[in-house]
Amino acid sequence: MSESRILAVSGRAVVLRGPDIDTDRIIPARFLKAVTFDGLEQHVFADDRQALSAAGQRHPFDHPESAGASILVVNKNFGCGSSREHAPQALYRWGIRAVVGESFADIFFSNALMLGLPCVSLSAPHIEALMTAVNGTPSLRVAVDVEHGAVSVTGSVWPVFVPAHAKDALTSGHWDGAGLLLARYEEVDAVASRLPY
Amino acid sequence: MPLTLFEKVWNQHAVRQLPTGQTQLYIGLHLIHEVTSPQAFDMLRARGWTVRAPHRTFATVDHIVPTGSQARPFTDNLAEQMTLALERNCREHKITLFNVESGRQGIVHVIGPELGLTRPGMTIACGDSHTSTHGAFGALAFGIGTSQVRDVLASQCMAMTPLKVRRIEISGHLATGVYAKDVILTVIQRLGIEGGVGYAYEYAGDTISRMSMDERMTICNMSIEGGARVGYVNPDETTIAYLKGRPFAPAGPAFDTAAARWRALASDQDARYDDVVQLNAVEVSPTITWGTNPGQSVGVRDRLPASADTEALAFMGLTSNQPIAGTRIDVAFIGSCTNGRLSDLREAARVLQGRRVAAGVRALVVPGSQAVRAAAEREGLDDVFRSAGFDWRGAGCSMCLAMNPDKLNGREVCASSSNRNFKGRQGSPTGRTLLMSPAMVAAAAVEGAVVDVRELLGVRQ
Ligand code: SF4
Repeated sequence: MSESRILAVSGRAVVLRGPDIDTDRIIPARFLKAVTFDGLEQHVFADDRQALSAAGQRHPFDHPESAGASILVVNKNFGCGSSREHAPQALYRWGIRAVVGESFADIFFSNALMLGLPCVSLSAPHIEALMTAVNGTPSLRVAVDVEHGAVSVTGSVWPVFVPAHAKDALTSGHWDGAGLLLARYEEVDAVASRLPY
Repeated sequence: MPLTLFEKVWNQHAVRQLPTGQTQLYIGLHLIHEVTSPQAFDMLRARGWTVRAPHRTFATVDHIVPTGSQARPFTDNLAEQMTLALERNCREHKITLFNVESGRQGIVHVIGPELGLTRPGMTIACGDSHTSTHGAFGALAFGIGTSQVRDVLASQCMAMTPLKVRRIEISGHLATGVYAKDVILTVIQRLGIEGGVGYAYEYAGDTISRMSMDERMTICNMSIEGGARVGYVNPDETTIAYLKGRPFAPAGPAFDTAAARWRALASDQDARYDDVVQLNAVEVSPTITWGTNPGQSVGVRDRLPASADTEALAFMGLTSNQPIAGTRIDVAFIGSCTNGRLSDLREAARVLQGRRVAAGVRALVVPGSQAVRAAAEREGLDDVFRSAGFDWRGAGCSMCLAMNPDKLNGREVCASSSNRNFKGRQGSPTGRTLLMSPAMVAAAAVEGAVVDVRELLGVRQ
């Protein structure tokens, strides 16, 4: 599989407010009943979208301006709960290419990284400023610079945190790490043969 | 140098440092199930790779299996397709599969331990966040996503950054009617659902030492609900006694050799921790979640917080400051990898003995594995449940995540012994979940509402 270096992502953004958005909400379990990830993008946030539309409101993913957006802006502990990779898969297949948030749950973060979907952390006040800016002008372009650790929008540049290994994996093109794990396999065999079980 | 169990096990399985700075970690046991593995096998095929260590890989079906009739083909065609895919993949790659015909099928986190596959000092991976359960044995057990399942299949390794270790010391005796479930809900409530991000949780102290393996599994199971990737308990004589005679555990003199090694894995007395927190078990009471994440809980005699999250309250149809006791329920669910083991069923049955489920309450009990089900039947627990008006079902995840026909309807409120109260978790987008211990679920089923199980157990308060 061709791996590519991910140095920066830019595009229009979609804002999803609220802490602790779990992976059951990103993709409800009934859509996991399939042997492929195909078509998951149609069901991203299915229940939340349906509930809002029943209440006569619109979920951010249903706003016409969100079509074509590639950056997702969220609050804290995004992606907590189930380890289902279906969650970042659904977001990615919908068109999301980077997530900017206050913080991320561990497994979601690593699952996203394996797809080449950077999750970068921005301080709470800057997230608020970013959310306000994007909601005020949905056509704004948001730039996520993975390499230099920054997010910029209309002249403001804010530092973001990307863990060192994630930054290295994304910028070197090794985010899908399977190849690395299979290299130098004699070292793996050596560890395996020393195990007492 | 004094080390924690985390460090000892990590060091023994570390292969090398990867160019990204992460560690390549060897995985001693890989558990797979039907929901998160088919795509991984496809990715493997697409690259022309094989399964590196089929003898370290074991499979079962749990998430989608029906718990009513398990006759094949399953009525749900999608469930049948997923099962067929797993069967095909296991056959092709010579992986041992515990399917419904095997007599050893069950929730992956229930069967691993009961078969003796899960043992101290192992690194374990499974495409499921509650893999942390296996840490109860002093193993490092990681929940992973499907691409990582592919990596483990292909290389028997994964790339990981070492975690910090937080020791959670719990001391004192739990009162009658207070269970491991209440302890872990209290831990999560205090430390927060995000509090464990970047940490492994080491559960220690005399309360934990006195706990059975079933109870320790309940605790470790919900580490992930507190944000921690892994949770563990240092192996001791309870661990060793549990493993003796299990089908996949070493036997004869090899068992004693292994047991000596297991004892030595426990964290050293003066090991250094990144953080230490303490909890007094006496402060723990029967605990129930009122909201939409597992950190939003209160004691059964308490009121909802004054400043409870308004969105969660609106979803749950509750108000701040109201007492949780008396909250009406429609469904009672006993089961899951948190609380679907034999001791859980015993405690629930103790409450139900001679009692009936309240009119209008739909009650079901789903043993965590076929072995749990059979053992419970040998003790006559199935009769207790049936006479009380519970539906006695086959083994699986069932209404914990509702990928099979066991689901909530509409806005039903469910008293549940499972681990997640997320919106939509139990199969209805508007369904509501109250997490609690199995005994508390049984009490709620009888009362038709949340009630302090100690009243039914005749414990004086
Ligand atoms: S019982 Fe629930 S939490 Fe446990 S593995 Fe099954 S679905 Fe996951």
